[in-house]
Amino acid sequence: MAEPAAPKSVAPWNNPRVRAVTFQAVALVLVLWFFWTIFQNTLTNMESRGITTGFGFLDNTAGFGILFSLVPYDESNTYGRTFIVGILNTLLVSSLGILFATLLGFIVGVARLSSNWLIAKMALVYVEITRNIPLLLQIFFWYFAVLRALPGPKQSLEFPFNAFMNNRGLYMASPDVEPSFWFVVATFVAAVVGSVVLIRWAKKRQDATGQRFPAWPTAFALVIGLPVIVFWLIGAPLLWDLPALEGFNFKGGVRLIPEFIALWLALTLYTASFIAEIVRSGIQSVSHGQTEASMALGLRRGTALRLIVIPQAMRVIIPPLTSQYLNLTKNSSLATAIGYPDLVAVFMGTTLNQTGQAVEIVAMTMAVYLTISLSISLLMNLYNRAMALKER
Amino acid sequence: MAEMTPTGGAPADSFRPIPPRPPPSSAVGPVRWVRENLVSSPLNVLLTAIGLYLIWLIVPPLIDWALVSADFFGSSSDDCTSDGACWVFVGARFQFFIYGFYPDPERWRVNIMFLMLAAFLVPQFLPGTPAVVRKWLGIFGLTLYPLITAVLLLGGVFGLPAVETGKWGGLMLTLVLSYVGIVAALPIGILLALGRRSHMPIIRTICVMFIELWRGVPLISVLFMASVMLPLFLPEGVNFDKLLRALIGIVMFQSAYMAEVIRGGLQGIPKGQYEAAAALGLGYWRATGLIILPQALKMVIPGIVNTFIALFKDTTLVLIIGLFDILGAVQASIVDPAWGRVAVEGYVFAAFCFWVFCFGMSQYSQGLERKLHTGHKR
Repeated sequence: MAEPAAPKSVAPWNNPRVRAVTFQAVALVLVLWFFWTIFQNTLTNMESRGITTGFGFLDNTAGFGILFSLVPYDESNTYGRTFIVGILNTLLVSSLGILFATLLGFIVGVARLSSNWLIAKMALVYVEITRNIPLLLQIFFWYFAVLRALPGPKQSLEFPFNAFMNNRGLYMASPDVEPSFWFVVATFVAAVVGSVVLIRWAKKRQDATGQRFPAWPTAFALVIGLPVIVFWLIGAPLLWDLPALEGFNFKGGVRLIPEFIALWLALTLYTASFIAEIVRSGIQSVSHGQTEASMALGLRRGTALRLIVIPQAMRVIIPPLTSQYLNLTKNSSLATAIGYPDLVAVFMGTTLNQTGQAVEIVAMTMAVYLTISLSISLLMNLYNRAMALKER
Repeated sequence: MAEMTPTGGAPADSFRPIPPRPPPSSAVGPVRWVRENLVSSPLNVLLTAIGLYLIWLIVPPLIDWALVSADFFGSSSDDCTSDGACWVFVGARFQFFIYGFYPDPERWRVNIMFLMLAAFLVPQFLPGTPAVVRKWLGIFGLTLYPLITAVLLLGGVFGLPAVETGKWGGLMLTLVLSYVGIVAALPIGILLALGRRSHMPIIRTICVMFIELWRGVPLISVLFMASVMLPLFLPEGVNFDKLLRALIGIVMFQSAYMAEVIRGGLQGIPKGQYEAAAALGLGYWRATGLIILPQALKMVIPGIVNTFIALFKDTTLVLIIGLFDILGAVQASIVDPAWGRVAVEGYVFAAFCFWVFCFGMSQYSQGLERKLHTGHKR
C-alpha cells in the first residue's frame, strides 16, 4: 500500500495497515473454509454413492462409438482416448470457424463502409439479423430445419466437382495420393521458401537503391506455377476418389457429417457479424486526415489502404478480435446440442454419464478450455505487441 | 460574360444577372442519387448487379413463403394446405411458447409479471421521463420487483396455489433467467471489480482467479457443472431444484463478465476523483459509493446493456440441461408428429422474439453510447 505509515497514536482498528491485514486474513480463512467444506461434502457424497476418486477410469474401455473422429477410434478404446478425440474435434471446428469467420467478417465489415448504398445496406441487414439471434437457435435452424430436411441419398443435391449433399452429409471427392505426388509438394514448399527470400531481397534493394521489383506477382507465379509444371512433367500422379451412389448410400470420397456442417456454418455466420462490426469500427477509428495525407504524398488508393490505414486500424481491431476468437472456441461447445462429438459432448456428456466421475471430468474439461483460452490470448497479445504503436 | 461585369459608365442598377440555369438532370434528384450511390464506378456497377441478383433470389420466395401462400387461420395441421408457411402451428402453440407448462388458471400471475416489467421499463426508454421517476422506477426494478415476482410466480403463500419451477417455461422462463441473472450479477460484479482493483494482494488474487476462471470456460460446462457437480458439493439432505442450480451457474458466469465491464468504468475515473474524495475525509466505502461508483456505472451503462443482451441470448443454453425456455418449448413442439414439417416456422417465431428484444436493447445502448460520447468526438 502506498499510504504513509499511520502515526502511533491511532487506535489499531483505525490503522489502515492493520485493517488491510485483518480483512485479508478473514477473507482468506473464509475462502479456505468454503473450499474445505465443499471438499468434505464431496468426499462424503461420493462415498455414499460408491464413486471412487482418481483418474484410473481413463484406462478403462469406453465401449461407445463416436460419430466422427480425426484419429482412429473404436469402441474398444479407452476413456482417455475419448478425451483426445473430443479435444481434436473441438479444435477442428473452432479453427475452421475462426478462419472463415475472419474472412467473412472482414468482407462484411468493409462492405458496410462501401460507397455502394445497396452493398452497405445488405451488409447491415446481415449483421443485424445474425448477431441478434441466439447462436443455439441458429445451430438448430441449420441442423434440424435445413440439413436434416434434405432428401435422402437417392435424391441427393448435386454440386460441381462431384460433390453430393443429402441428409447424411456432404460427400466430396478426396485426393488419392501416389508416392511421386510428394515431388509436387516438395516443389511447392521450395517455391514458398524461394518467394520469401525474393520478397526480402526486393525490399532490401528498394530500401537501399529505390529501385522496385515486382516481388509479389513473381512470388505468386512461382508458388502456383512451379508445382503445376512439375505436376504435369511427372505425369499427373493424382487420382481422385469420387463418391458414387451404391445401393442406399454413397461410397468413396470424403464425407462431412451434417452435425459438423451445421455447427461450423452457424459459428462462422454468427461470429462473422461481430467481427464485421469490429472491423468497421476499427477502420472508422483511423482519422480521415491520414487518408488525405497519404493522398497528398501521392500514394494510390490501394497502397494508402495497405500501408497507412489498415496498420492503424489493426491496433483497434486486434483486442476485441481476440475475445471473439475466444468466444467462438467456447461457443463450439454448443455442439453437444446437436450431437457433434466435441469435447463437451463426448467427454462431459457420454463419458461422464457412463463413469459418474463428475469432479475429475469437469475439472479436465474446464482445464482444456482454460488452456485454449490462455493460449489464444497469449498468441494474440504477442501479435498485438508487434502491431502496437511504437513510440520513441 | 459581358453583362456580368458592369463597366464603369453603366449605372449600378442596370446590372441584371442571368438566372442560374437548372443543373443537368443527371446531377439532381433520384438520378443523381443512383449515380452516386449505385453506379459510381465499373466495380460498383458490378457490385450493384450482384446485390440485386441476390435480393431477387432471396426476397420474392421468402415473401411468397411467409405471407402470400402461407396459412394463418385454423387449429390443426389439417388447416395447413398450401405450400407456404404454416403459421397455424405458431398460433396453436402460442400459449405453450409463452407460459410453458404453467397451469392455465394461474397464468394471470405471469401476465402481471410481464405488465410490471413493461410498466417500469418503458418509462426508462422514453425521453420525457423526469430523472426522479426514472431513478425510483430503477430502484423498484432492482429490489422490490424480483421479490414480488418470486412470491407471485412460486405461490404457496397468501392463498396462491404453489406452482413448482418444473412447470415454468417458454418466454416467461427466458425472462426470469435473464432478469435474475442480471440483477444478481450486478452487485457481485461490482464487488469483484472493486476487489480486482484493490490494493490488498490476497483480495485481488482471489477476485482475478474467480473472474478469469469463469470467463475462460464455456457457459455449457458451467451449466453442466451446476447440474452435475453442485449436488455433490452440498451437505447431504440439502438439494436445490433444477432452476435454482441453473440460476446459480448463470449468475456466477455472468458476474465475471459484469466485473470486467465495471472494471472498465472504474479505470476511466481520473485519479483526482479518488484524491478529492480522500481530501474530503471520506473513507473507502463512502468514497466508492458516493463518488466513484455513480460515475463509473453511468459510464458503462452501454456495456452493461450489451452484457445483458449476451446473457439474454445465452439463456437458450438451459434447454441442454432440460429446462424449457422459449427455444426449448419450440424444440419440443416441432417434433410433435401431429404437425408434419413445421421446424422452420417454429424457429422463425423464436428468432423473431429474440430479435425484437435484442435489437431493441442494442439500439438503446448505441443511442446511449452516442449520447455519452459527444464530448470526445473529433
